[in-house]
Amino acid sequence: MKFKKILSCFIALLLFSCIFSTAVSAEEEYAYDMEYYSRFKGQNITLYVYNWGEYISDGGDDSLDVVKEFETLTGINVEYTTFDSNESLYAKLKNGGAGYDVIIPSDYMISRLAEEGMLQKLDYSNIPNFEKYVDEEFKNPEYDPANEYSVPYMWGTVGIIYNTKYVDEADVTGWELLWNEKYAGKILMFDNSRDAFAIALKKLGYSMNTNNTDEIREAAEELGAQADVIQAYVMDQIFDKMVEENAYIAPYYAGDYLTMSEDNEDLAFFIPDEGTNLFTDAMCIPATSVNREAAEMFINFMCEPSISAANSDMIWYSTPISAAKPLMDEELASSEIAYPDEELLANMERYVNLSDEAKQLMDELWITIVRSNELTPSFWITVAIICAAALALVFRNMYVKKKRLEARKKY
Amino acid sequence: MKKNKFSGIYAALMLLFLYAPIMVLIVFSFNSEKGYSWKGFSLKWYKELFSNELIMESFMNTLIVALIASVVATVLGALAAIGVHSMKNKMAKGLIKNVTNFPLINPEIVTGISLMLLFAATRMNVGDGWATLIIAHITFCVPSVFLSILPKLRQINVSLYEAAMDLGCSPAKAFQKVVIPEIMPGIVTGFLMAFTYSLDDFVISFFTAGKLQTLPITIYSMVRKRVSPEINALSTLLFVVVLAVLLFTNIRDIRKENEREKKRAARR
Repeated sequence: MKFKKILSCFIALLLFSCIFSTAVSAEEEYAYDMEYYSRFKGQNITLYVYNWGEYISDGGDDSLDVVKEFETLTGINVEYTTFDSNESLYAKLKNGGAGYDVIIPSDYMISRLAEEGMLQKLDYSNIPNFEKYVDEEFKNPEYDPANEYSVPYMWGTVGIIYNTKYVDEADVTGWELLWNEKYAGKILMFDNSRDAFAIALKKLGYSMNTNNTDEIREAAEELGAQADVIQAYVMDQIFDKMVEENAYIAPYYAGDYLTMSEDNEDLAFFIPDEGTNLFTDAMCIPATSVNREAAEMFINFMCEPSISAANSDMIWYSTPISAAKPLMDEELASSEIAYPDEELLANMERYVNLSDEAKQLMDELWITIVRSNELTPSFWITVAIICAAALALVFRNMYVKKKRLEARKKY
Repeated sequence: MKKNKFSGIYAALMLLFLYAPIMVLIVFSFNSEKGYSWKGFSLKWYKELFSNELIMESFMNTLIVALIASVVATVLGALAAIGVHSMKNKMAKGLIKNVTNFPLINPEIVTGISLMLLFAATRMNVGDGWATLIIAHITFCVPSVFLSILPKLRQINVSLYEAAMDLGCSPAKAFQKVVIPEIMPGIVTGFLMAFTYSLDDFVISFFTAGKLQTLPITIYSMVRKRVSPEINALSTLLFVVVLAVLLFTNIRDIRKENEREKKRAARR
């Protein structure tokens, strides 16, 4: 009996050491520049990293836990938190959520933050991997023309996802598919003004970065006309609605199409000829950060091909680091949807920051588009009901009081 | 008899309506894939939940904030209720009662933004968010405690308190021996209300949390991608824990009641 126990202990130990040794060998497989990464060891630095939700390889599904890997490698403690949109990131920075060290906003938000002096210039000599690994076409982008503030993290495109079971291939011609009355009630649309307006502007043949108020108004009319065929304005619900075939057509990000197509093979993706949006989410350091060098080390770490590959495998967006491709899922690395050819890419536009006037106009028009159809009548009905109820209450009280007075007078 | 059957069906429908969403959530926490089509049973999301540092940490933050805020709010709310209850000036009393309700009837977004502006104006927002978040939570927790204690105070029989003093208690002692036990149920309800309010508050936390992240904020940040089933697993665990606590206390209460009945019967 005792022998059995000892034996089982031994086997357990053996198993443990097996796991351990594979972990070690996995680390050895890719050599980090230890001299560079050990600079801050033992200094008890804490880095505050602010990223999109579900936008990093976090150890789920036996993947690599990138943040933990960085912590053990460098001895720097990372406080990792997440945001839901560029706008809420902006609000947080503006309203005193001071003290983030690394943020990962999208292109247009980077130019806005840079314009408002909310970003620090990076010292690229501390980020050797930028020069070494980041692809040329992602250097000096429109949103950061001299490449002073940002290092790209992930990129992708917007296209139309449709269900081949229900949608006639002949109808798949361009952005107008999202206006097609044949599929009324089965079409989804972005629930954010920038992406929605970009589609309408592209459909009309304008630039998605226009500051021309006439063009924006025209696009708003187009979106208003679209409202009749739209089932709902959504973001993440697109996943389930498309996979469960509650809706047949929706615009969304290429990387997310790839995740959806895993669950429903009938889904297809296409990029309209009119052109589309090429987005980049890039790493920046806010002006308020006091740990710039450590933050730059984090950014450099995220550009390690093995790390970029792990992140890309997790979130299915495209990496700007070609050296990562051999290290990741083959299917993803060779996907034409994740990495469209140059001809298609040439036709795409990146968002840049709009003028304040254009931004405000867009937001105002957007609210009327999304809300006008359903809310205005019901809003007035609600107001009327509340007023009627209040009046009824007042009259009732008056009546009751009067009754009471009369009753009292009787005695 | 017929009437009973109908009311049974009605109750069943009500319960179904209330619990169907939670049941769906529990079922899908055992799904082996993301998304809402059944792919097979697995405990994968539970395993991943415990290894997901972001979710676990934000859950801990939420618990800590809720605990501190509700304890402080309970003390403040109880003191306020007792003070207001013994006020002589009726006008002032009514005024204070109504003013205390403001954080409850105010739309949360208004409370959230005004607190955020206040913290910005007083330069309190430079820290890591613990202080501002806890203060904000105390703000909206106090009224619920206040409101649940006030009616209990009204029910107290003043003669009891006076009798205690007649029998030699100092006012403080009489307060401790008579008033506190009488309003205890109110204090407990108030505490629980405050705790749950704080636990699931999103809007106010969103504006006042600084760099701190609570669980609702973490969940909300998943909207661009997809809310992870780990959240289903966590909610299921929470539900089970709360259910267990409720069952335990209820069973204990019933037992106590039964014993009391027995004693009473024996005395007769």
